[in-house]
Parts: sequence; C-alpha cells; structure tokens
Amino acid sequence: MATHSERVWHGGHAPSAVAEEPRGLWSWLTTVDHKRIGQMYMGAGLFFFLLAGIEAFLIRLQLARPDNHVVSAALFNQLFTMHGVTMVFLAGMPLLIGFINLVVPIQIGARDVAFPRLNALSLWLFIGGGLMLYTSWFFGGAPDAGWFNYVPISGIQYSPGPGVDFYDIGLQISGIGTLMTGINFLTTIINLRAPGMSWLRLPMFVWATFVTSLLIVFAFPPLTVDLFLQTFDRLFGAHFFSVAAGGSPLLWANLFWVFGHPEVYILIMPAFGIISEVVPVMSRRPLFGYTTMVLSVMAIGFLSFMVWVHHMFDLGYGPWVNSIFALSSMLIAVPTGVKIFNWLTTMWGGQVRMNTAMHWVMGFLITFVIGGMSGVMLALAPADLQFNNSYFVVAHFHYVLIGGTLFAIFAGMYYWFPKYTGRFLNETLGKWQFWLVFIGFNVTFFPMHFLGLMGMPRRIYTYAPHLGLTFWNSVSTDGVFILSAGMVIGAINVLWSYGHGQLASADPWDGRTLEWAIPSPPPAYNFAYIPQVRGLDAWWVEKRYGNGRMLPAPEAHHGPPGTIHMPTSTPMPLFLALSIVIAGYGLILHSLILAIIGFAFVAIGIHRSMFTVDPGMYVRPHEVEEVRADG
Amino acid sequence: MAEMNPHLTTHPVETEMPAAPDNSVLGVWIWLSAESLFFASLIATFLLLHNQTNGGPGLGRLIDLQLTFIATVTLLSSSLTMALGYAQVLKGNLGGFRFWLVVTALLGLGFAGMQAFEFHHLYTQGFSLSSSPAGSAFFTLTGFHGLHVLFGAFWLISLLAFSFKKEFVEEAAVKVKVLGLYWHFVDVVWVIIFTVVYLMGKVA
Repeated sequence: MATHSERVWHGGHAPSAVAEEPRGLWSWLTTVDHKRIGQMYMGAGLFFFLLAGIEAFLIRLQLARPDNHVVSAALFNQLFTMHGVTMVFLAGMPLLIGFINLVVPIQIGARDVAFPRLNALSLWLFIGGGLMLYTSWFFGGAPDAGWFNYVPISGIQYSPGPGVDFYDIGLQISGIGTLMTGINFLTTIINLRAPGMSWLRLPMFVWATFVTSLLIVFAFPPLTVDLFLQTFDRLFGAHFFSVAAGGSPLLWANLFWVFGHPEVYILIMPAFGIISEVVPVMSRRPLFGYTTMVLSVMAIGFLSFMVWVHHMFDLGYGPWVNSIFALSSMLIAVPTGVKIFNWLTTMWGGQVRMNTAMHWVMGFLITFVIGGMSGVMLALAPADLQFNNSYFVVAHFHYVLIGGTLFAIFAGMYYWFPKYTGRFLNETLGKWQFWLVFIGFNVTFFPMHFLGLMGMPRRIYTYAPHLGLTFWNSVSTDGVFILSAGMVIGAINVLWSYGHGQLASADPWDGRTLEWAIPSPPPAYNFAYIPQVRGLDAWWVEKRYGNGRMLPAPEAHHGPPGTIHMPTSTPMPLFLALSIVIAGYGLILHSLILAIIGFAFVAIGIHRSMFTVDPGMYVRPHEVEEVRADG
Repeated sequence: MAEMNPHLTTHPVETEMPAAPDNSVLGVWIWLSAESLFFASLIATFLLLHNQTNGGPGLGRLIDLQLTFIATVTLLSSSLTMALGYAQVLKGNLGGFRFWLVVTALLGLGFAGMQAFEFHHLYTQGFSLSSSPAGSAFFTLTGFHGLHVLFGAFWLISLLAFSFKKEFVEEAAVKVKVLGLYWHFVDVVWVIIFTVVYLMGKVA
C-alpha cells in the first residue's frame, strides 16, 4: 500500500534526520501531526463551547422571569443565533473531529492521515472562520436570524448590518475546512489501513468516521452553494431569495436542510462510535452484533439524506410530500434502535466497570432514548404542526445533542485522556461532574417539553406573567446553575489532570483496539513498526491468543531499518487559512484592496502547496518502546 | 497461551491488500464527487428560477447559440489534448507533454475569453446578476463553471512551471493524472450546463 511514510525518496533535497520532537508555539502552529491537530481541535472546540455556554446562560437568565430585561431584545436575538451556530459548527463538530484526528489513524494502524498538510489547513480554516464569526460583535453586531438563517429575515432588507455576512462568509470558510476533513479521512480509511485491517475488522469508531466523512462530502456542497447564493444576494444585489423579483425563499430553506439534516447525523455518528468503543472495553465483552452495527450506521447515513423536509412540514408542501418524509424520518428510529439494543446486550452478562466514562455512557443511553422518542413524535407531520417552533423542539434537540453528542464526547474524554496525555482524569471529580451535569441537564431541559406543549414559541424574547409559563421557566433556569457547576468541575478536572493526574500505563483499560498497543502518550510516528492485524479487536486478539504484542507487518510495508519517514511541518496551511480570512474580511467590509490582497495570497499559497514536494524527514524510534500486555 | 485460537484461525491472515489507488488520485475523486453535488445544487437552483425574468426578456431570446457552440467545441477538444499530454508523460516524453499542456491551457483560456465576451454581451442587453432571479441563477452557475476553467488553466500553467524542476520526474504521472481528472470533470459539467441552460433554453 502506498502510504506517505513508505514513499521511497529519489533525488531532490535529502530528507533531514530529526530525533527530538520539536516544542514551542511555532511547532504547534506549523505541525502536521494528526495528534497535535486533534488536540488543537479539542482545545479550540472547548473554547467555543465555553463561549456558547455563556450565551446560553444569558438566554436562560433573560427567560427566568416574565417581562425580564437582563439583555435587550436585539442582543437576545444575537445570543440565541450565536449559541446555535457556535454549538453546531464551532463546538460540536470540532470536538468530534478532534477525536477523529486523535484516534482514527492509530486505530487503523497508520502513522498519519493521507494528507497531513491538508489536515492542518482544515484546522486553521475552522479556527479562522470561527474567530472571524465572533469578530462580528465588534463590527456592528452578531448575526441574529437564527442558526438556520431563514430568508427573508436574513436578507439585506431586514438584516441590513454585516452580522449575516459574517454568518455567510465565516461559515463558508470553516465549512470548506470541514469538507477537506471529510475528503482526508475517507482517503485515509480507504488507503492507509495496516495489513490485515479488512473492512469488517475496522473498529466501530472508524466505521462511524467513515460514514460521517461520506455525509460531510455529500452534505456540505449544498450549504456551500446556499451560502454563496445569500452572499451574492446581500453583497452584489442578486435576486435568489427576493420574493418581489420572483426569487424563492423556499430555495434557501431546502438547500439549508438538505445540508442540515445530514449535519445533525454528522454530530451524532461519531458519538455513536465513541459509545461503541467504550461499552465493550468497560464491559469486558466484544461488541454485540458488530455486523449489524456496521449496517445500521450505513442505513442511518443513507436515510439521513431523505428526511430533510421534516424540518419544514409547515411550509405547505402538502399531505403527500409530508407523509413520505414523515415515514422516512420514523424509519431512522429502526437502525438507531438496533444500536441501542446492541449496546445494552454488550453490557448484559459483561463485567461492567462503572467508572466515569461508563457513567457518561449510561447517561447517554437514557437521555438519547428520550430525545429519540420526542423525535418520533415530531416526525408525525400533523402533530408536528403543533410542536413546530415551540419549546418542545428545543427540548428535543437538546436531549439528542447534549444527551447524545455531548455525553458521548465526555465519555470519550474520560476514556482517551490517559492515552494522549499519559495521565488519568480524576475519577472523583469526574463523578461529581457527571451527576451535576446529568441532573442539571434534566432540570433545565425536561420542563421545556411542558413549556412547548403549553405553547411557548422558541426564540421568544420574553413572556407575559399571566400566561402560566413562569414556573417551568424558572425551574429551567435553576437547572442551568446545577449544569454550569458540573461544567466548571469538568473544566477544573481537565486543567488539573493535564499536569497532575495519576500516571497512566499504555493500556490502562485493558483495551481492544490498536491505540492501546502503543505508549501513552504516543510518539509522533505512532508505531515503531507497522502492525499486522489478525482479527477484529486487533490488540485484544493478540493479548488473548497471541503472545501479547503486535506482530510486525511483512517487510514490504517498512522503510529503511531503524528510521521512520514522516512529513515535515510547514507554516503554509496557516498562511493559506489567514489569506482566505483576509479575503473574507475584504468581502464583508466592502474593501476591494483587502479582498485582492487576500485572494492574491490564496493563489500564491495554493501554487506553493500544490507543487512543493515534501521531502519528509526521518525519525529514529526511541529505544525502549515496546508495549506488552501485563500478565 | 497455546489455547485454541478461534479468531486467528477462522479469519485467515491477509498479507496482501488489494492494490489501492494513489492517495492523491483517490482524494481527487472524492473531491470531485463533492463538486458534483456543488454543481447539482447550482443546476437545481437554475431550473427553479430560470423563468423568473422580473419583466425582462427570457434567456432563450438573449443567448447566442453559435458562439456557445464554438466555445463548447473549444472546451471539449481541450479534454482530448489533456489526454494526449498524459499519454506523453507516460511515454516519458517531456517535450511533447509540455506542448499539449500549453495547447490545453490555451483552449481553456479561449473558452473563458468567449464566456467573458458572452457575459459582456448579455450585460449590455440588461441581463445581469442583479437584473432578475433568472440572471442571478444563470451568472452564478456559468460563472462558477468559468471560475473552475480558470482555476484549471492556473493549475496547468503551474504544472508547466513545475515540470522544469528536478522533483517533477518522480511525481509526474500522479500530478498529471489528478489534473486530468479535474479537467475532464469540468468539461463534463459543461456538457450538462450546455444542455440544460443553452439547448433547453433555446427550445423553450
């Protein structure tokens, strides 16, 4: 197989031999190492998660009492818009892509991704686009038309400020980065699997990443187009969405949800993958029904493209269209149910270790099933006409996005933290965090079901005292304080454990997959030799039936003895991302000079990146390096 | 230790994986499938809005099919010259390769020039990005295609410059192949645009 590390070098600059891993800020800005990129995704994702959390906190403070004026109505609109956009695009996806970066190359037995420099570019485009979106607060206000940014309210007539332009161009930039991540990981998983790692031996997290990447590749282009159309409407006077000239606001809604529904599966699929990794290890049993798990991931991915109209049952497409989309939406519950039962059956009869990671898994199973059931209720088109745009919907998607995605992210953090830092997260703090977040979450969001059924619309600035909404709203806001306390404990745990946590061995959980077969934290080149995979759960099979160490792959898969060929770090991805952001500011601020400078830099950067052949460098593996299973 | 080993015996050890395509070639294929969705969305937008002329003349009355036909032939023949260039690289004939690369770039730029002329012609007749939804959809669809052609020409010229470097020899086959994939893709998209926008526009 042609992997980067095995490419034979002919002529040109000789690769330099580097023994030590470089340190310092510059080494992080120029790195192409998937583990460092993954950590930066996690760090930046948590930073945006904090910002979006503060926005949510302000929203709940405003809604705690009737006729409240903690923030102004205009600021309230900006807060809920930025909260949604940030959580979906700048916190949820990056945290999951962070895990994908950290885990997937190692789980398939590779030393890096297929396109390491492109991977760095994805990271910087995400960070650049995200920070750019946040600078909108300093340029006359953040976007305020909701996270799905419907026209005409997001049109130039009703949103004359630059806020929506920041939405269009900021998301465009970070979206291009995400698209590249999808291309990169599809290529990586198809091409860079170690010998013997056949498709039906892939760990479930890799399968989840594979389907997620397919969704990214096919769902993001419609968003790209949609954002371009709106940019042209707003900046160049085009008429895609202006009703007066014959344009179609429904075009925005359809293109958005053709992207938007696969997007919510992009947010949940890797979470499923994390749960599928944690449950078998912590239950000391193989995953029950591996093949059906693979099939259900593919079924969910496929169905996710044919349900988008369920976001707009009230836009008047009529009973036939609505019925078809209602049925296809309910159909998704079947493969999802298969997964839930398989996780339960894996635990059944296993020796379950109820540590913090497993607490999060339990919390996930309970809350995600509740969110799934309210989802089936919403899929009933006639009932949805009542639920739509009410707090019931808000309750539903917070149950699946917090109870599903976020709880799984925390499970993954407690599970993989020792691998990538060499230290455990503190279990006592972890359990405090779990119980506070779990209780606080339910106190905050369960009352929203009632509020929705009572008729409280989402995105409402405030409500009158006599409407009977006061009690549950105040309960909901009380829950936020419990939830926030849990999050603060979690943050303290991560920051403290990073430097002071209990030291972890290479294989602290008695793991099943390849990342536990290498040291904690892993060396830059991951594997001293490319492993030969001999079964599903590659590492566990060697521990149980082999001699407790991975066998090396046949000679053909190795470079010269004693050296490992790795890509060199480069500032080019950062330069390219910065150029694109400069061009974006040029468009938003109507500054032709800035735009020309930006695009000129982009052209230079693309030219340099395409035709600079990376000679790579040779790394010498450390002396004591071999990981053996205990006993 | 030496107990029965159901996992290792039931699944035979594979030492050889089926030959995989080069990373770059596979990556470009995946990228182009995303591009297909990009153009599909734009074409759908055009089909939805092409009759919304906002009181102006319809597109069918404005377009000059003769000019577009010449442009189409120009672009399609550039696919042929691209393939001829790739064949020269496989033979190791750098001179022949550079010749066909230049011809391909010139044909691409010729196409872009004719498109610029057409855009100007339409603009003077009051049909523009901001004149009507049909105009917005037309210029966005054909404009993005034109940008893809220009980017391809930029890529061709960059590759030409690169072909004088020492590293080129080792990378040549893959570098030319991925560019060829992209270039043929852009041509195929044009065939669809020519059919949907121009031929169907003229018939209607």
